[in-house]
Amino acid sequence: MNLVRLIRCVLAVCALAVGLPAAALTPEQIDKLAAPGSDARAEALNSIAAAGDESAIPFLSALAEGNVQTSVSLKKVLIVIDGKGIDAVTGKPVAKLPEDLDEVVANNVFRRELAAAIATLRLTSGDRAVRLAAAKTLQDETESDRLPLVERAIAKETDADIKALLERVRANLQLNSKDKTIRLAAITSLGSSVNPGTKTILLEMLAKKGGEFVEPDADIRFAAQKSLTEVEGRLTKGERIGQVFSGVSLGSILLLAALGLAITYGLMGVINMAHGELIMIGAYTTHVVQNLVRANAPDLFNWYLLAAVPASFMVAAAVGMALERGVIRFLYGRPLETLLATWGISLILIQAVRTIFGAQNVQVENPVWMSGGVELLSNVVLPWSRIVIIGFSAAVLLLVWLALTRTRLGLFVRGVTQNRAMASCMGVHTGRIDTWCFGLGSGIAGLAGCALSQIGNVGPDLGQSYIVDSFMVVVLGGVGQLAGTVYAAMGLGIVNKFLEGISGAVVAKIAVLVFIIIFIQKRPQGMFALKGRFADA
Amino acid sequence: MHRSGPGALFGPRGWGAVIAALILICAVAPLLNLVVPKGSLFHLSDFSVSLIGKIMCYAIVALAMDLIWGYTGILSLGHGLFFALGGYAFGMYLMRSIGLDGVYKSPLPDFMVFLDWKAYPWYWSFTEHFLYACLLVVLVPGVLAFVFGYFAFRSRIKGVYFSIITQAMTFAFMLLFFRNDTGFGGNNGFTDFKRILDYPIFTPQMRMVLFVLSGLALVGTLLLARWIVSSKLGRVLTAIRDAESRVMFSGYDPLWYKLFIWTLSAVLCGIAGALYVPQVGIINPGEMSPANSIEIAIWVAVGGRGTLIGPIVGAFLVNGARSWFTVAFPEYWLFFLGAIFIAVTLFLPNGVVGLVAQLRAKRREKKLSAKPA
Repeated sequence: MNLVRLIRCVLAVCALAVGLPAAALTPEQIDKLAAPGSDARAEALNSIAAAGDESAIPFLSALAEGNVQTSVSLKKVLIVIDGKGIDAVTGKPVAKLPEDLDEVVANNVFRRELAAAIATLRLTSGDRAVRLAAAKTLQDETESDRLPLVERAIAKETDADIKALLERVRANLQLNSKDKTIRLAAITSLGSSVNPGTKTILLEMLAKKGGEFVEPDADIRFAAQKSLTEVEGRLTKGERIGQVFSGVSLGSILLLAALGLAITYGLMGVINMAHGELIMIGAYTTHVVQNLVRANAPDLFNWYLLAAVPASFMVAAAVGMALERGVIRFLYGRPLETLLATWGISLILIQAVRTIFGAQNVQVENPVWMSGGVELLSNVVLPWSRIVIIGFSAAVLLLVWLALTRTRLGLFVRGVTQNRAMASCMGVHTGRIDTWCFGLGSGIAGLAGCALSQIGNVGPDLGQSYIVDSFMVVVLGGVGQLAGTVYAAMGLGIVNKFLEGISGAVVAKIAVLVFIIIFIQKRPQGMFALKGRFADA
Repeated sequence: MHRSGPGALFGPRGWGAVIAALILICAVAPLLNLVVPKGSLFHLSDFSVSLIGKIMCYAIVALAMDLIWGYTGILSLGHGLFFALGGYAFGMYLMRSIGLDGVYKSPLPDFMVFLDWKAYPWYWSFTEHFLYACLLVVLVPGVLAFVFGYFAFRSRIKGVYFSIITQAMTFAFMLLFFRNDTGFGGNNGFTDFKRILDYPIFTPQMRMVLFVLSGLALVGTLLLARWIVSSKLGRVLTAIRDAESRVMFSGYDPLWYKLFIWTLSAVLCGIAGALYVPQVGIINPGEMSPANSIEIAIWVAVGGRGTLIGPIVGAFLVNGARSWFTVAFPEYWLFFLGAIFIAVTLFLPNGVVGLVAQLRAKRREKKLSAKPA
């Protein structure tokens, strides 16, 4: 439907820019189209579409947009855009708009017909994108009057993709043909479709009514069955790919949210209930950076994320380090008290953000290059924003891994984690390492917030919705293990999305939580337990 | 040193306090509210009655939390769930007793009519009977806690792990109850109650009855808790808190001790919830939000865990502060609550009661050191 809307907008803009040419429509046709609710209206539309004159498009799209108005006093049909009126018959501007304008209403059914008619007319456009969009709009069309035009478009078409699409459109239109061979050929060619609408059409052909098949001809039923199996196979494959993708996408988000926690909780053993709020701080930092860029350097708006990513890391890390110095440091070794104190911190942070930015969600806009998506199959579109986030979380993971295994700080962190007393004896400043380590974990939470701001709402409660999930990931993955966190995040993401496909979002979430609770019964140390002996760990 | 018999629960001063509390709740409060005329200096306003009634329910929850956290060392983040489940169980009875007085004049509750349901789901059966509903109030939280606790304690999940999975459980239940087709009214929950046992629910008398019942339940819970912690069972629980492995090595199986106190604690929460719902006139899934459960812990921490008077003091202090703040400075309540969380854990590990005890001990010390000099 978005495409249809896009075409309409494009058309409306074209119409405005060029100034309407003298309409190719006769006054009778226009009068019929402007009279709501009559059969004559649909007939007129069909005849216009069958005539194939592109110059009818501006009027039709104005009709679809609700820009056509009638005036009884002038006895004219006008196209009114932005307060300027144009006579629909002559195409000349009207000096002064009359008082008694009445909008010509197009109901949803007629709107759909209009879209199809416009698409039919656009099939011969010079622009490949417009033709492709038009062919897509026609995919569910069954009006056989369109056939000659579609045939003509196929004959002219040079682009293989559009041609294939049009051939399926033709097959669709030929389904009700009287010639059995044409019908059989049409059904067989529908087998190559990836359009969910095709499945419905084929199912209708195979349906039974009162014990009798709707379709009396057994050959046709057989062909339809065969095509249906093919289409279904392709559609299911598309759905699977879509589910795996959204699973990986959810997994990457969970990973980002949990990675910081894997450091603060997993390595340091600090239960940070304010972790979610650090994510929120990252998201709000992105919001602020976005506003700053928009205000000071609007040309660079598309690249504001380059500034927002480091900024959200720094701000969240700074807040995290302040928390560690100010509160958490005094509570090491008392996990339950840490839990309560950090919960208190989270309340304060939420209220602080509410006081500063208001309780409503704030706007974070995607840069242009992140909107849209890659179309894999006609029913699978992978949004760029999600793809970017998957790549981003992979990059963050790599950096964290490098930081922990290849840097001096990482070495110290691992040393302090494994044996604090010994590390201290070797001259490691354990207190300072704790602060840096906590800062690192908090900064990663900020990065998660920056990423989340691109795909979801940014509000004061943002963090609350991720805190339970992130803890689940860390607990499931096993404390002190980055690899475990990765597997747990991806596993949870994919399982969650598959269950969602079967039973709906809430039930899926509950099922996953129950699964985790049961899993922890079996393996209290998580999937990847640290090897060793802990009597009272 | 182990004393037995009910008389040994408190010293004479303790019993005096209990009896004084009973007189306050059962005689003084009703007199001041119902008999003393409005406008008199001694009149207890309806608002105060319902506020104190509510807080007494919270205090029961806080006591239950103290038994499991303060004495046994297990921090539960699921007590808000048990509280809400008790409330929902009793709420089912209250919904059924609305009868035909709902908006749609149907024998079904309004939200079911709204969803176009034709009959009660199976789990609503018999809830029109008061006694059965009371049984549910005890059984639902009890059975859930028993099953959950059995599996958790059996695999020796403890400490923060246990806290987090109880939170996950609470979260899952909240999501479940937010759904319309769970059959508990979705996010609106139960409300618009009309009567209990054929008596109208929103009269001063009924408010007083519920107030007195809550007060009695609170005193009863206090006595029960006192009896448990001063018994041998209580000693084992404290031992589990301080050194679980040693308890095991001494030949006790901590599983059943923990399971008993955990289940009992959940049941107490359920009862508190059932008393709470008719007083506030609504129960919805918001009560199950993880934030509420954590707040219960802070009541206990503020008052002083590991004491019995502490949780009650804490529940009154925090909730009193809340009702004052949300009227006076609604924006600053969360700042204040957050600050309490931090301040109590950093500076008052033994809560207000601990602080008082500490001050007293200091004064005594001063006296002792002052005498010889």
